[in-house]
Amino acid sequence: MKQDIILCGVGGQGILSIATIIGWAALKEGIHLKQAEVHGMSQRGGDVQSNLRLSTEPIASDLIAHGSCDLIISLEPMEALRYVQYLNPKGWVITNTEPFVNIPNYPEMENVNQELKKLGNVIMIDVDAIAKEVKSPRSANMVLLGAAASVLEMLKPEQLLEGISNVFASKGEAIVETNIAAFKAGYEFAQKNK
Amino acid sequence: MKTKHLLLGDEALALGALHAGLSGVWAYPGTPSTEITEFIQKSEIARDGNVHCLWSANEKTAMEEALGMSYAGKRALVCMKHVGMNVCADAFVNSAVTGANGGLVVVACDDPSMHSSQNEQDSRFYADFAMMPCFEPASQQEAYDMVQRAFDYSEKNCIPVLMRLTTRMAHSRAIVETSEQRQQNDIHFPKNPRQWVTLPVNARVRNDQLVKDILAFEEDACTMGQNKYIDGKDHSMGIITCGIAYNYLMENYPDGCPFPVLKLTQYPLPKKLVRKMAAECKSIMVIEEGQPLVEKILRGVLDTPVEIKGRLDGTLPRTGELNPDCVRAALGMAPLETHAAAQNTVPRPPALCQGCGHRDFYTALNNVLKNYETARVFADIGCYTLGWLAPFHAFQTCVEMGASLTMAIGASKSGVHPSVAVIGDSTFTHSGMTGLLDAVNKNANMTLCISDNLTTGMTGGQDSAGTGRLEQICYGVGVDPAHVRVIVPLPKNYPDMERVIDEEINYNGVSVIIARRECIQTAKRHAKARANAKK
Repeated sequence: MKQDIILCGVGGQGILSIATIIGWAALKEGIHLKQAEVHGMSQRGGDVQSNLRLSTEPIASDLIAHGSCDLIISLEPMEALRYVQYLNPKGWVITNTEPFVNIPNYPEMENVNQELKKLGNVIMIDVDAIAKEVKSPRSANMVLLGAAASVLEMLKPEQLLEGISNVFASKGEAIVETNIAAFKAGYEFAQKNK
Repeated sequence: MKTKHLLLGDEALALGALHAGLSGVWAYPGTPSTEITEFIQKSEIARDGNVHCLWSANEKTAMEEALGMSYAGKRALVCMKHVGMNVCADAFVNSAVTGANGGLVVVACDDPSMHSSQNEQDSRFYADFAMMPCFEPASQQEAYDMVQRAFDYSEKNCIPVLMRLTTRMAHSRAIVETSEQRQQNDIHFPKNPRQWVTLPVNARVRNDQLVKDILAFEEDACTMGQNKYIDGKDHSMGIITCGIAYNYLMENYPDGCPFPVLKLTQYPLPKKLVRKMAAECKSIMVIEEGQPLVEKILRGVLDTPVEIKGRLDGTLPRTGELNPDCVRAALGMAPLETHAAAQNTVPRPPALCQGCGHRDFYTALNNVLKNYETARVFADIGCYTLGWLAPFHAFQTCVEMGASLTMAIGASKSGVHPSVAVIGDSTFTHSGMTGLLDAVNKNANMTLCISDNLTTGMTGGQDSAGTGRLEQICYGVGVDPAHVRVIVPLPKNYPDMERVIDEEINYNGVSVIIARRECIQTAKRHAKARANAKK
């Protein structure tokens, strides 16, 4: 069994901490993992993505082939669209609905949303709003991870929660709790809206 | 005891070097190599073992410092991005002449597709003409394992070893199983002291030895077991993969490749194994990340009877990073079913951060220069290179580290006025100071602007070699102190900044304007650290 994931967003939004938690859980469970990241010039407010591959078998390529991505997890709606060529026809898209507009020619939001909905297996979630609702405004990326957990077959939600507890442990109990609350809120939303 | 870690290729290599008994890492930051040195800087093994890990001024000083450590019998690692190889080329090529004493491993991280670079050069060519062995891991585990073998190989054969990574290996994580840590070497001096003095009388002897050694290195590449010949039942084609290209091949054959495969991870090219493939297979496909080095060697001057496919005949793209898709197409397989490309996407290029001092500096510079139709601005390598994009369009050239002010000298001597150079603080100490000496000696009519953010910004905020001493450096080189001016790039200071820039442009001689304000990324980090310290 395998799941190929593209994590994407805009430089600075925090896609790598999502990857860190999935990575922690995969290492703990003995699941094979490869994760290609983007560092350097493109991090400066440009589009960023990370190819994250999970498998029960050894993994060859660090990069995901066109048509074999199972899950796009995006912190930005237009960025989710950028990678649909990689998505297999049954693949899922879990995306934040709030656009990050730092370019003058950002497309019409209505068109972006329509195109996303056309993909079929899509969960659209306003992660910032939900993070605020559960008093975890700085943990929007964990809301997104929680939503993704509803279709992330390779890892169980409790394994990801253990990852959150461990990865954020050094930042103190309170930070761990707000991140867990955010994750759970995202998970619940996705279960209701799948 | 073996333990498992989730590591970037860069980190796997760094940990492998520490476990191999490293005494020092020598480097200048450069994507995608930076994380090797940063990993060592944060490591307890390095702290406990007093492993040297401070940044060097540039790749040439790093390479030479490492060579000094190797001379003293200890194991040294040099790390750089591919274009850093150009900066250290003199030291690198001649380190094959001196040879190594303590293990000396040079890591070059190539950047095919130019994710964060100005060219696609392939560092394996350097090893080829310096007559040095080159190792190229195909996985993070190999990066860990191979660096120890590289140190051993270097010590056994008294030769530096080049290790080549590419972006995708450097910046991709996987689970790596690690082994025991061994001791550092004690000080001991070379058994062959003559070759460390490269007078022609010694260097000729050494050169004759090197051409013999390279044959032995090639034999090792056939027999050491790092290069693997994996037979397949279909001999209509044989496939040679270099480094991580192997992974893209196997991605397309999850149940095993039907063709014989030569998986290369060690050079010089093992000609015996290649000849075996040529004898057994009707054609050969070469899949290599970077430029077609192996393919060119195979083709030679005259075509062989064996058909050769690769980047040169269009089977694979001539440029750019490999991926599972282009390898799949080269193998003649149909693409997988997928979604059509989305309509509602536009490019989102990187940009200078909001609030960055470079922005304010460029705004002021542009305001002044709009009054001078003949002005030309020569810029350099760093975050501030993004000032070429909208809305600034602030300069006309950017070539390589340090070229801003030397090109401004050349232009000023051609009669271009105003001739303005823009360079960052770290790039200035990397490769700009000698150029400034030229400017002073030639009394060039030019203005050098050092946009000083007190860090090496683009690579993530490493220490900058000249922080706090830029004025003294300019005085020491001979710039008139009256024409070394400091401005603070903030919107409220635009009138002041513009007045200073205008005055110095109108000074007939070398003037330096230092626009100094801390990088907002490192400033945020420092503020956070101060707040935590107070708690």
